[in-house]
Formats: sequence, structure tokens, C-alpha cells
Amino acid sequence: MTLLSAAALNVSLGSRKVLHDVSLSLAAGHLVALVGPNGAGKTTLLRALAGLIPSDGDIRIGGDALASLPLRERAKRFAYLPQGHMVHWPLPARDIVALGRYPHGATDPARLSPRDMEAVLRAMQAVDVTEFSDRRVTELSGGERSRVALARVLAVEAPVILADEPTASLDPRHQIDVMQKLRNVADTGVLVVVVTHDLGLAARFADHVLVLSEGRLAAQGAPDEALSEAVLASVFRVSAYRAEFQREAVIVPWADV
Amino acid sequence: MSVQDFALAAEVAARRRWGATAALLALVVLLCVLSLGIGPVRLSPLAVIEALFGGGSDVAQVIVREIRLPRTILAFAIGGILGLSGAALQGLLRNPLASPSLFGAPQSAAFGAVLVIALGLADVRSYALPVVAIIAAFGSVFALLAIAGRNAGLLILILAGLAISSFAGAATALVMNLSSNPFVVLEIAFWLLGSLEDRSFQHVALALPFIIVGGAILLSQASAFRALTLGEEAAQSLGVDVGRLRLYVITGVALGVGGAVAVTGTIGFIGLVAPHLMRPPIGHDPARLLVPSALTGSALLLAADIAVRIIPSTSDIKVGVLTSIIGVPFFLYLIMRERRALGGGVA
Repeated sequence: MTLLSAAALNVSLGSRKVLHDVSLSLAAGHLVALVGPNGAGKTTLLRALAGLIPSDGDIRIGGDALASLPLRERAKRFAYLPQGHMVHWPLPARDIVALGRYPHGATDPARLSPRDMEAVLRAMQAVDVTEFSDRRVTELSGGERSRVALARVLAVEAPVILADEPTASLDPRHQIDVMQKLRNVADTGVLVVVVTHDLGLAARFADHVLVLSEGRLAAQGAPDEALSEAVLASVFRVSAYRAEFQREAVIVPWADV
Repeated sequence: MSVQDFALAAEVAARRRWGATAALLALVVLLCVLSLGIGPVRLSPLAVIEALFGGGSDVAQVIVREIRLPRTILAFAIGGILGLSGAALQGLLRNPLASPSLFGAPQSAAFGAVLVIALGLADVRSYALPVVAIIAAFGSVFALLAIAGRNAGLLILILAGLAISSFAGAATALVMNLSSNPFVVLEIAFWLLGSLEDRSFQHVALALPFIIVGGAILLSQASAFRALTLGEEAAQSLGVDVGRLRLYVITGVALGVGGAVAVTGTIGFIGLVAPHLMRPPIGHDPARLLVPSALTGSALLLAADIAVRIIPSTSDIKVGVLTSIIGVPFFLYLIMRERRALGGGVA
């Protein structure tokens, strides 16, 4: 069932046209990987879907036109994780996760309602960060901080999660860990859209892959279709080693040098 | 970990913050009483309180209620709005080195006020003075944020602030340069140094409404500053209208700083120092820093204004000079402390 759709989406940043006629339709409970070379417009597409930048075209979320929703309502429907897990002040992890309840009117982490507090706790337990609840996020390691950022996004309890490179700059163990956590969230009925450069992670965890190339959707579909030999050659200019390991798809990109 | 543990941790932190704020409030009250008691005629705290509530000698009553009370109210209010403006700008820009004086807001407001005085457009005690000062302050902060752009790094902000305050200084100098009346020039020069001396209830009436409205605007945005901890994009995704927030902050700072500068001249560095002093006891949450920073600003200006009356000197020291003399070394210390971050991630 379609939860989030876009028809003829066009986005210009300044005088540069970044997205051309992107149309897509994404279902609840799916983990969607958004891949493409650098500068293909992945982040722009994610921002446009969340309504963070103006766009031409019709975006619909749960039957409502995005343009008709006020800011607060959009915030309840989309949980957005920007690149880099930026935190500007050394707040305790708990307060950062509690910001996820901001769209629900809980603007003060010291005065959460029992309902908000439970949501924060659930989110922290889901990604296993309760143990450093009192630690300042700036003192955490990169892997721990990425999990806190993920908890903040989960605490929104939105039907759609849009995550921009949540696995960037993490070691292999943490990359897999974060993707597995997002997979678990998707399995609870949430639509999760993940921007990633890691085709292997996309092939292993995603239900649906969107391939963006120079602002256009070059391919979309199940991982084996969307990441076919032809698409990898034309969009990424690589071939790939393909295999199956423990009954899961493995893709290792390969370019001759 | 349960919901109870959670609530408990939040309560402990809240209690510590309330303790610090209450102590600060007591300090401000004490400084107010001292400020009312100090001058050519020294009065004991008891005599001050007595006179304040209509007791004691007639002379003491006149001294406390008519001469020193306006000065004390102004020191309290102006110190408060400067501290609050600093905390709000630091929250908006997610940067511990942001402050009205580094961004040229007081200097620009002073230029606006000087223009009014020099051109003889209006009496020094008319509302034209604060209004023009506020417009100039608004223009300067607006220009600064427009030039620096979204997600501006510290380097850009400081450079743009330097340019704007230099420009405002040059424009002020030009006005004085062109002024044909040497008495006006002298008056402006002294006024620019920043002082609370000989201020009356007329001055209070001139500045206070703007300071209150500006302060209320800044305080109303508290929780948005907290959301901005995650950056502008994430804050927007949480439902914060970042564009509108910027406009609110610029307006609040301009109203407060413009109103303050119009009656006291430029008093620098309180906005920079106050939030820093509060981070150790209160924490880094930009929303919670607002009120304690305002109280600290009040305490700093009250203390500085008491100090200029106590320090023995042949001619009186202006309070604005004192705050800068103390503030600039503090600023240098901050730069030293932030050196690593500055060297690494200015961009």
C-alpha cells in the first residue's frame, strides 16, 4: 500500500535544476535504499520529500498533499536524519533523544509527559543507548553518537523515516548494525528511506532500491533489478562481483584500474 | 532503566539548575541594594530599604528613590537584555562566540542615535532616539545574517561582524567630523563611552518598554533554540520555522539593544560573557541558559556600575569603558580556549 508518493517532482537550487521529473511510490513497511553517484541529487530528493525545500510536483503522504500540511504536522509524519549527526552543544544523550518528541509538543526534556517519556525510552532501548543516557553526546564515539541520532529519529514515532547516509564514517560492524536496526523499524510498518553509497548494504537490507543519476530516476525496483549489471555500468560505471552468503545477496562493486 | 529512573534523573538536574538560578537572583537583589546605597552619600542597606519603602529622612528618600533608583533599574534592565541577547544569538547561531557587540549591533544603534543628536532632529529625551537606534541595530544584525548566510561558520560571522562594527564606527566618526558644534561633538564622545550616570525616570520610560518587548520576544523562542542544537535542517524537520525564528531573534535583539544604547551609549561584552559564566552551573542547553544569562548580565552591569562609583579617580570612569576593559581579556581567553575548534572547523 502506497504511503509516500511523488509525481513529476522538479527541484531547482538557485539557477541549477537538481531533480528532473522524479516520480515514485513507496509503501509502508519497506526499507528503501536511495543510491546514486555523488551529486546525483539524493540529499535533495530526501529534503524535498520531507518538505524541507520547495519543489514543483505533487508529493502525497498518507493521502494528504504535503503542501497542504502545516510545519508541525509534517514534523509528525516525517522523521528526518541529516548527514553527519550534527550536535552543536554538549547535551546529555537523553535530551537529544527527547528532541524527537518536539513535534508532539514536548519541547522541554525536563518536563515530558509519561507518554513522551515512554516513547523516548522505547527509542533508546531499540538502538541500545540507554546506558549512556546521562553522557554528553560530544563525549561519545562515532558509533555511539550515530545510535543516539537514530534514537532521536525513532522517538518521533513517525510513519516515515528519511535518513541521509546514516552509515557514513562508521566501521563495518556499526554500518551493519545501523542498517539492521533500520530494517527492524521497517518491519514494524514504518517506511524507511536510506541514502547510502554502499551498494552491498542496499542489496542486503533493502526491499526497494531507487537509483538516481544526474537528477533523474535511472532505475527502481527490487535490489536485483535496480542494481542490475546494466544499471551499475551506465550509472556508476562499475561492474560488480555478485554472490550469495548465508542466503543473502552480496554485491561488491568492481572497477578495472 | 525505567521511566522512573528517567524522571528522577531529569528532576535532579532541574533541582540543580533552580538552585543556581535562585542564588543568582539573590545576588542581583543584593547588588541592587548596594547600587542604591553607593554614591557621594553612602547609605547602609537598611537605610536604603527603609527609604525605598517611604521611611527614613526626606534626603535619603530623594537620593534613593529619585536619583539612584532610575540608575539601578537601568543597570538591571540593560544588563539583563544584553545577557539575554547574547544567549539568544549564541543559541540561534549555535556558537559560543556570538554576541551583540561582536556583531556590531550596539555600534550601529549608537550610530543611529548619534545621527539623531547631531542633526538636532530630536531632543535627547524623545522617543526618536531609541526608535532610530533600534532601526539601525535591526539593520546591522539583519545585514550580518544575510551576508553570512545559513549555517555560517564562526570565521564568516566574526569577519562580517568586524566589518559592520567598523562601518558603524566610521559612520559615527563621520557624523562627528561633519558636526559644526564642538559641544555636541564632546557630548556625543562622552555618551558613546557608555554610562548610567545622571539617568532619570524619563530615561527609564524611554528604554524600558523596548527592552521588555525585546526580552519577551527572545524568551518566547526558547525551545526553538534547543531544537537548533541539531542544526537548522533537523530543527526544521522537527517543526521549527527557522526563517521566522531568525527574524524574531533579530527583532528582539534590535529592540533590546537599540533601546538600551539609546539611553546609555554602548556597553559592550556583557552579552558575550554572561552565557559563558552560566554554562558550568546550568549546562549547555541554549533554552535553559536564557534566564540565567539575563540575570548574570544584570549582576555584571550592576557590579560594574557600582565599581565605577567606588574606584577612586579624578574624573569619573564610564561603565562602558570598564565592561570593555574587563570583557576584552575574557574574549581573548575564550578564543584561546576555543582555539582547537577554531583552527579545525571554521569553514
